[in-house]
Amino acid sequence: MSEIHQLSLTQVRDLLSRGEITASEAVGACLGQIEATEPKISALLSVQGEQARNQAASLDASGPDPGKPLWGVPIVVKDAICAKHAPTTCASRILENFVPFYDAFAVARLREAGAIILAKSNMDEFAMGSSTENSAYGPTANPWDLARVPGGSSGGSAASVAARQCFGALGTDTGGSIRQPASFCGVVGLKPTYGRVSRFGLVAYGSSLDQIGPMARTPLDCAALLSVIAGHDPADSTSAREAVPDYEACVAARSERADLRGLRLGLPREFWGEGVDAEVRDACRAAVDAAVKLGADVVEVSLPHTSYAVATYYIVAMAEASSNLARFDGVRYGYRDPSATELIDLYEKSRGAGFGDEVKRRIVLGTYVLSAGYYDAYYRKAAQVRALLRRDFLTAFERCDVLCGPAAPFTAFGLMEKKDDPLQMYLSDIFTISLNLAGLPGLSLPVGLGRDSRLPVGLQLFGPAFGEEVILGTAQVLSQALAPLPMPRGLSA
Amino acid sequence: MKITPARVAEVARLARLTFTAEELERFAAQIGDILAYMDTLNSVDTAGIEPLYSPSGLAGVTREDVARQVNTRTETLANAPQTDGEFFIVPRIV
Repeated sequence: MSEIHQLSLTQVRDLLSRGEITASEAVGACLGQIEATEPKISALLSVQGEQARNQAASLDASGPDPGKPLWGVPIVVKDAICAKHAPTTCASRILENFVPFYDAFAVARLREAGAIILAKSNMDEFAMGSSTENSAYGPTANPWDLARVPGGSSGGSAASVAARQCFGALGTDTGGSIRQPASFCGVVGLKPTYGRVSRFGLVAYGSSLDQIGPMARTPLDCAALLSVIAGHDPADSTSAREAVPDYEACVAARSERADLRGLRLGLPREFWGEGVDAEVRDACRAAVDAAVKLGADVVEVSLPHTSYAVATYYIVAMAEASSNLARFDGVRYGYRDPSATELIDLYEKSRGAGFGDEVKRRIVLGTYVLSAGYYDAYYRKAAQVRALLRRDFLTAFERCDVLCGPAAPFTAFGLMEKKDDPLQMYLSDIFTISLNLAGLPGLSLPVGLGRDSRLPVGLQLFGPAFGEEVILGTAQVLSQALAPLPMPRGLSA
Repeated sequence: MKITPARVAEVARLARLTFTAEELERFAAQIGDILAYMDTLNSVDTAGIEPLYSPSGLAGVTREDVARQVNTRTETLANAPQTDGEFFIVPRIV
């Protein structure tokens, strides 16, 4: 079967479970697609081809296992997440040769479920960026237009899924890093509720903001991945004890119903006004109209502190990052400058040479806002505004079930276009960022191509805490009513 | 807020980072712009608002005080830039 790589995750999973295709065929199809598309998009930092083939052969030898919900399914993992015996570089020079001896909880769960880890994907260095241009190993190109960014920081994962190199991927989202690249690449990406998925084995950037989440071509596929990776982990002290529903069954049931009757869809006015390109607003509005045709009611709401979200996020994230990245000191792992003769010199030279510009900028800003005399004015103040932002969401959810708005003000921008203006880059995160501050779940769903750019537009759906079922179910029903996107045209360029 | 290259260098020292003179100039300008943007938070009334440092609501999560062997010495030293097989080796401290 030559079009295996075109199938969705749940489709290929079903064929594998019935023995209609083998795990080796699934891996072979993905590796073939990787070979065909990597020269164009450079989505991956390392490919574990031999390991994947061996694992597939071993799975095929014992046959499909109904107890393993992802038996034989090839998955890509963002390079910020530890996978045993494969490099985990975080797209940084400082971890160029780092090979972890343990799996992240989410990766261990995928393996237990029979999934095959295929490759590690490109990203902005230490997840700091919105375009994947901050990778120390070169940028990734958007499969829709090779002169444009895939978004970031999970740009490699998004591009890999869009290019059909894999059936699903893990990304990470600290300020929108799953949802924005999903939107730019025309795939589905979910950031779970804070604490829903363990952060054990995820190289930390902003510990109160980070979450690992699934990226795939349909909401149902994301639900299948989330069911496997979600759950309490004693190794992560911020891990939630909430029971894990059968997300896939919930979404499948809603999909059967095929309507959105009874759903109150909230549109925050701050997300639908000025500052959004017309083509984005129109594509998102058309999706909302489709939801109304399916029976949803629209409610106008407000998230009044939205304009403060970017400043709040960057203070909190940079402060936490400056603390988290202190561990990269050339002592126990990572790059060590060979010319240093004394310990402080070792730290300064290794970190100076190993970190890229954006990382250094954020460490310096984070150190500044935490330093004596500035802590209250910046970090504590930001934490207070954070409380207000969370309260805005909780208030809005009193009047609606799901909130929606565009994932980004625009479609994918050109490579190098925003690279020299960090503040401009930060401001483009305006629609995704407050969700991480509030700790709530959200996804981006592709709703069509922009009228002018002919590039994918993503609509975000936000839910209350542990409301992943509602947003995934709504997204699946809505996606069935919208025309599917064509194949990314950059791949045939 | 005007940040001087000298101030960036002071903060960099706290973070154990070094910059070239050119980087200090460039970063001072960019960091100054970013900090000025962050000053917009001063217009938010946060009187009486408890700071929210984490959305998890969990605090003081503990486990049984029982020793467990999770990693071996070999594994732990596997990525070390310099080791004698027993310890991580660093330049002289004193």
